[in-house]
Amino acid sequence: MTELILYNVFNGLVIGAFYALMALGLSLILNLSGVINFAHGGFLTLGGYLAFVLVPFVGFWGALLISPFLTAIVGLVIERLMIRPLYGRDPLYSLLLTFGLAYILEDGTRFIWGPQTLPFSVPIWLQSQLSTQFFFLTGYRVFMVGLATVTVIGLFLILSRTRVGMRIRAGTLDLETVSVLGVNTRFLRTVNFGLGIFLAGLAGVLAAGMLGLQPTTGSELIMPSFVAVVIGGLGSLPGTLLGGLLIGVASGVTSVFFPDASEAVIYVMMGLVLLVRPRGLLGEEGRF
Amino acid sequence: MSRLDKSADSARGGGIPIAGFRLDKRAADAVVWLLLLTMPFWIGWIGGYTQLGTRVVILALAAMSLNFLLGYTGVMSFGHAAYFGLGSYGLGLTIKYLVPNTLVGMAIGIAAAIVAAAIIGLLIVRLRGIYFAMVTIAFGQVFYFIAYRWNNVTGGDDGLSGWHRMPVDLGFTQIDILNNDFAFYYVALFCFAVSIGIMALLLRSPFGRTLLAIRENERRARFLGIPVDRHIWISWLISCTFTGLAGTLYAMLNNFSDPHDLHWEQSGNFVIMAVLGGMRSFWGPLIGAAIFIVLEDYISSRTENWESFIGLFFILVVLFFPRGVLGMIKRKTMQ
Repeated sequence: MTELILYNVFNGLVIGAFYALMALGLSLILNLSGVINFAHGGFLTLGGYLAFVLVPFVGFWGALLISPFLTAIVGLVIERLMIRPLYGRDPLYSLLLTFGLAYILEDGTRFIWGPQTLPFSVPIWLQSQLSTQFFFLTGYRVFMVGLATVTVIGLFLILSRTRVGMRIRAGTLDLETVSVLGVNTRFLRTVNFGLGIFLAGLAGVLAAGMLGLQPTTGSELIMPSFVAVVIGGLGSLPGTLLGGLLIGVASGVTSVFFPDASEAVIYVMMGLVLLVRPRGLLGEEGRF
Repeated sequence: MSRLDKSADSARGGGIPIAGFRLDKRAADAVVWLLLLTMPFWIGWIGGYTQLGTRVVILALAAMSLNFLLGYTGVMSFGHAAYFGLGSYGLGLTIKYLVPNTLVGMAIGIAAAIVAAAIIGLLIVRLRGIYFAMVTIAFGQVFYFIAYRWNNVTGGDDGLSGWHRMPVDLGFTQIDILNNDFAFYYVALFCFAVSIGIMALLLRSPFGRTLLAIRENERRARFLGIPVDRHIWISWLISCTFTGLAGTLYAMLNNFSDPHDLHWEQSGNFVIMAVLGGMRSFWGPLIGAAIFIVLEDYISSRTENWESFIGLFFILVVLFFPRGVLGMIKRKTMQ
């Protein structure tokens, strides 16, 4: 029993790391631009499929490296062409636009690669079990958690140490003042959007290695990411990270005792958080 | 003041001046009702069929209910499919397992939507803007997962089938809506008319005017001593109630409760209907629903990749047509 619970906690952490990677991207875009990016899941799926295309040419590691960048470039182009004109308008419009994009990305991947699940193989040494007693510690899962950790640390370093990162954080608080101080805020928003999509692409490659490739992967992962952002608190990236891990572990543990509720439990958590603390766990008061 | 005047005008349906003379608001209303009342007789000529017309009326009711919140209270909900689907499943489950009676089924379906909306409304009523939208999106998905997972009762992914709508028993007479598509159209239209009438009356009442005031300037409304949160909660409840009613009708139309009725894609469709027709016009969502449904019907019969076309349609509407059909007409004629 302990082993089962331990297994599900670990599994929950793995899933939570996904949610967190995705939710961090969502949160970045939401905080600076006020855009709820419904197409985030679509970009995640795209990242996975691009890696699938790249693997025969550059191998798993090359694909893991290149695919998120390609996804980010697609994101940059879309931001420049379609989303930029909507800044300053009612957020309803950008929401609807990314909603349409989500439709196109999902249907597009289905059109190109077919509706069936495609296998995505990871290097053999990553598939091995690390321990006979703790059978669930496969190399790939440990690797995923490790890579997600490194990425998150990297993201927070970028945001706190680099010039552009500091501008993003400043813009989140008061974009107008940042603009008055001579920063090109249009460019800043584009870079920020690309950064968010990069995270989605990376999560997509990692997800492909675990779940295989399916056009619907993105739309299945997007809702928990929204919940992670709300639980953590809008405007707070550490909160989003915490929210992602929390709901991952919560649904992992629930699947031991009451498997049918493993999806619904995160919404119950969200309800409780909103009841007790409407701004979210680490959200600032009065921001939204 | 002038802005408020204008929106108050649009609440009444507005006077739309066309081609030099002013089309009276009553004349416009009369034309809309005349078209709706005679729809089964002319829809065949233009390549449609009665059920398509019924679908337009039902989904237009959902979109207009959403617009009560979106366009007239200024609160962005992106999770209305939940209440639509609760109506649909409430009716389906009642007829299948409890009593094979249409009216009881509708009552239970609507009650389910009201209860869920009341509870969730209490949790979200203090949130605003994109935060409100995010939370409505996320909460909208709970019921989808319940329907999806509770396989032996709801039919899971396959939906709830194995039942059909029952004749409406009014005590003194029966309306056979099961085998008579015409009759069902008029029953749906009757529900539509009653709901729309109630919402129009509410918008004209002091309560409705207060909602407009909140939309225009929430802070000022608060300073005037208006209990803003309570007004938004009531408006949310009204909107979800009529959406639930539309859900029960939709389940009856299809003789089937579809888990897709609960899915966030359906919520998005309602919003695009409202935006496409014109959020700030009373009849806007009806026009949006008609265009959207006819287009969807046409595209999905031609190609398997209709989702891409619908997505493209979303993008085009947002980028080039954000005011919607009626918004454009109004703007053109005012210049």
